[in-house]
Amino acid sequence: MSEATMTAPASGGRPKVSKISEAVIRIAGNSQDGIQAIGGFLARLAGRSEQEVMTSYEDHIKSLRKGGIVLFDSDHVQPKPEWQQEYRHLGVAISSMTVEAIGGTGKDKGKNMFVLGLVAKMFDLNVPKLEKLIGERFGGKDESILNNALTAFHAGYSHSLDNVLETFRFVEGQKRAGHQVVMTGNEALGYGLIAAGVRFGAGYPITPWSDIMELLRRELPKYGGTFVQCEDEIASISMALGASYAGRVAVTGSSGPGISLKTEALGYAVMAELPLVVIDVQRGGPSTGMPTSVEQSDLNIACFGGHGDSPRVVLAPANVEDCFYTAIEAVNIARKYSVPVVILTDQAIATRIEACEEPNLEKVCQDISPDLTPIADFKPYDLSASDGLTHHAPPGKRIASGKYPVVTGLEHDEMGHPTGSPKLHLAMNAKRRNKLRKLASELPVPQVYGPPEGNVLLVGWGSNQGPIREAVDRARAAGDSVSSLHIRYINPLPPGLENIFSGFNRVFVVELNDEGIYGYGQLAGLLRARYCDAKIQGINKTDGLTFKVKEILEQTRARLAAAKAQPATA
Amino acid sequence: MSTAVETAAPPGTPTVRPAQLTKDTYKGKIHPDWCPTLHGRSLAVATGAKLGNHELKVICTGGDGDGFGIGGNHFLHTMRRNVDLTYIVMDNQIYGLTTGQISPTSVKGMKTKTTPHGSVENPINPIPMAIVGGATYVARAFSGKQKHMVEMFKGAIQHKGFALVDVFSPCVTYNKDNTYQWFNPRVKILEEQGHNPADFNKAIERGYQWGDEIPIGLFWKRADLPSLEELEPVLHDGNGPLAFRELGIPKEQADALIKELL
Amino acid sequence: MSSPVTDIPVRGGNITAVPPLPDSERKPLTKKEMSADHPTWCPGCGDFSVLALYFKLIEKRKLWHEKITTIAGIGCSSRFPYFVQAHGVHYIHGRALPFASGVSLSRPDLHVFVFGGDGDAFSIGGNHFNHTARKNIKMTYVVMDNWVYGLTKKQTSPTSPPGFKSKTDTWGAVDQPINPMKQAIAAGATFVARTTHTNPNHVLQMMEAAMDHDGFGFIECLSECVEFYPGAFDSSNPRKGGAFNLVPETHDVTDEIAAYKLADEPFPGRFGIFYKADRPTKNKLEAGINAKAQEKVKGLKHWQILQQNFDRMK
Repeated sequence: MSEATMTAPASGGRPKVSKISEAVIRIAGNSQDGIQAIGGFLARLAGRSEQEVMTSYEDHIKSLRKGGIVLFDSDHVQPKPEWQQEYRHLGVAISSMTVEAIGGTGKDKGKNMFVLGLVAKMFDLNVPKLEKLIGERFGGKDESILNNALTAFHAGYSHSLDNVLETFRFVEGQKRAGHQVVMTGNEALGYGLIAAGVRFGAGYPITPWSDIMELLRRELPKYGGTFVQCEDEIASISMALGASYAGRVAVTGSSGPGISLKTEALGYAVMAELPLVVIDVQRGGPSTGMPTSVEQSDLNIACFGGHGDSPRVVLAPANVEDCFYTAIEAVNIARKYSVPVVILTDQAIATRIEACEEPNLEKVCQDISPDLTPIADFKPYDLSASDGLTHHAPPGKRIASGKYPVVTGLEHDEMGHPTGSPKLHLAMNAKRRNKLRKLASELPVPQVYGPPEGNVLLVGWGSNQGPIREAVDRARAAGDSVSSLHIRYINPLPPGLENIFSGFNRVFVVELNDEGIYGYGQLAGLLRARYCDAKIQGINKTDGLTFKVKEILEQTRARLAAAKAQPATA
Repeated sequence: MSTAVETAAPPGTPTVRPAQLTKDTYKGKIHPDWCPTLHGRSLAVATGAKLGNHELKVICTGGDGDGFGIGGNHFLHTMRRNVDLTYIVMDNQIYGLTTGQISPTSVKGMKTKTTPHGSVENPINPIPMAIVGGATYVARAFSGKQKHMVEMFKGAIQHKGFALVDVFSPCVTYNKDNTYQWFNPRVKILEEQGHNPADFNKAIERGYQWGDEIPIGLFWKRADLPSLEELEPVLHDGNGPLAFRELGIPKEQADALIKELL
Repeated sequence: MSSPVTDIPVRGGNITAVPPLPDSERKPLTKKEMSADHPTWCPGCGDFSVLALYFKLIEKRKLWHEKITTIAGIGCSSRFPYFVQAHGVHYIHGRALPFASGVSLSRPDLHVFVFGGDGDAFSIGGNHFNHTARKNIKMTYVVMDNWVYGLTKKQTSPTSPPGFKSKTDTWGAVDQPINPMKQAIAAGATFVARTTHTNPNHVLQMMEAAMDHDGFGFIECLSECVEFYPGAFDSSNPRKGGAFNLVPETHDVTDEIAAYKLADEPFPGRFGIFYKADRPTKNKLEAGINAKAQEKVKGLKHWQILQQNFDRMK
């Protein structure tokens, strides 16, 4: 089955060509149907054509607008009568026609290419470009595979669309400055780490983190680096920490339960003040949960997971392009503040394909090789450091005084030797905490999207940026006073939030996690704890799918209605 | 494969995989009471189940990544304790669920998503590892030889002590090296070659054999070591399985304790 | 969307750079220069002997002070790095080996030493032990085996013999212990040796041999816990009427089955190298992969290599 939504108004009647500027195409099917491939081709095509398309594989027909077109495989799907009244249905015998085109051996394979052909026809897409993309994807393997893919694509493209009510043509998008590159969030993170100078990583297979691990394993040898697939999650973070200690910030990562397993070592990195980058590609939890669904429920473990007081940095990229820069930023924060940095991304950003502005690699790529210059004397945890920041000395660095440091997880003195002194524990706790305060003071104040004052402020993080901004646009178009704020720095929080919040009557934190016992989600909980402001409330859901604009608007209205009935004590 | 487990268990044997402690199972006959646990931890859960109700037959199933990768330590410690359970590993020499990364049993040189240049690592060989690790029944089967596999399972289930059956269970999607076609001409049944499973040297030697001829069958078996639950004194005080004992302590014990604390 | 963190100081505090020294300038290190904190071990603990011999090894092999990297997990013996005046890491319980692997794989210029106890190595860290062994990552690993959890005051360890009465087995241990020699060989270790703290010359000999081995060199060193398991190894100590039997000269160290047989001898068993195999290290094999990959991008700057990927995504 395949479904499609158009933003162009449905006119009905006989076939005609409508000009549109954007389209939402949702593709649904079984796991072996290769539906991701269709999304990938379309996104790559759009990236080249300066049009924004995001892939999405949700199979919920409710996300379709009234009057939208449902293109379905009539061999397998019997549309429900009540749906047929709401949406325009178009049945094509996709399975049998694919088999007819590429032979019985193809079976289910090739259906996706047939559908791609259908979509290309319906939207009058650039066929030579698509053919080239198909060639890049399937070329090099068995020649018959490429031939089958192209045959199926052309069969779909040449399928008679006489009974289609409408076809569409995209108006030319605005030409953007610079080149565009098309990639997934996981790719952007992986390449970002390489640009940042990371040359060692360790991990364990788990969905959806594995892509990053595979990318680094493939690419790092070109730079003289290595990625090790370990026996488990604990070994992975330990090995990465070992490499960080050896002198160059390393990376580990995981998803879901794997993050739980890493928390002991994460606490060690805080205590030992070792730099490290940990990527958490969030998925549905708890436990094994929903491995291929999106959720933002790891904020608490990322910020607070572990025993004892263990302040660490947590960053959340907003989109695919941001993943690339967040990786570099994470590496530099880890180096400067000698602290583990968790990058909280999620399944939606990880697998989503977006077109991004090409970075100036010559400028952003950096060398972070260890500095082994001999020094006269050294204290690894110097309490008198003027900026409060210290850095460990990598092994191999000569210290002329002959006094060498120990890096440790025990509470320690300035040389890293164990201590039970209450005074030192206080001082070291303060040292580890204050460097995060210093970082917080250096962070930029986030920008409000929309007017800086009004009735409602929608606060979001991670992959919610897109739908929240769209919700703001639509609400404002309808005359509602709604703005939004996106938070990239989760821990520590950026400065100036209280000033921003004070300009609004209501602050709704939109996040993909449970509303919890007290009625608000994880970021909302953090903001309430930080600002003691009861007007901060949550808009939450955990159905494993990204927020739809409609859902945000509905919940915002519901909150406002409820507040009218019972005014908040702001 | 799951049918093979059903066939192998003698009728009337209570069976759990890894375990669910219900009165039903305790009294019951074979029915698929099973309990998926955490990645790599099934043996630890199964040991708990066995000690909680030592009258159960416990069967644990898993894969090579689960058993020898993330769960490798539990594998070793369950073996040395000789916990009376049957451990069936469906060994496909790859991480299949996460769509194809090397596993601890992947052969050297194998190209996967995490070894695009070919694996450089020496794989684990579960057979010698189990023999020296303290397992008392060590067998290997091949899912292409169903009848033989059932025999291995039967022997394992009837064995008192830790029984490992490592099953070559080719992953038809992600492992293009060790396929049914690859295994079929190579596997040779030990039982047909007069192998003596009481011979330690031969067991190890045959366990290491790999290449044109790969032995399957019972490599190693010893019946002279007691299993863990036979050694735990508290399980043999005549009060039956721990799971069904009365909770609480007798009045005289409670009184004595209160007296002591006062 | 550029990072606000751009100014990264190389080091905080008052750091003064000094000129590097040529190799000929390595001056002898006295015991005083090599020792840091006074060991927290109980008087009479076997670990003292291992520490003293480590100092001897450093001086005998003329290791550069700054290139000594000592890594440990958690346990009595794992306090080791604090007592050595050199770069050291006191890591978390059971995970010293993967940490050390990270150092070893990213710094071919260093020789990595890992020290630990039996609980750390074979219980909580048992899986890492196996996998580091099979991957054959270059380092020297000395396990000070005292057959008991000493730091936490007498619980059963994975090497405690059956019948050992501890706080967790008041009626005597029922679990079959691990045989570290067999375990290491079966896991794929390429250098497996056994020694005891009561024979210093032998300890040093084994440490040297392990250090010279190109691969994962593992030594089990019996090290008595005088507090919680006194007398455990008396039967291996000639001064206490026991027998210190070397591995027979006829033993073929490449013969795995012969090694298992040696390992099967009842306590006190044999001392020396049980097994040694010449198998390439992961360090070497990864370097081979890198050389091949780098050949294809020869002459390109790192950003230019990355640019090739970005060009393909246009």
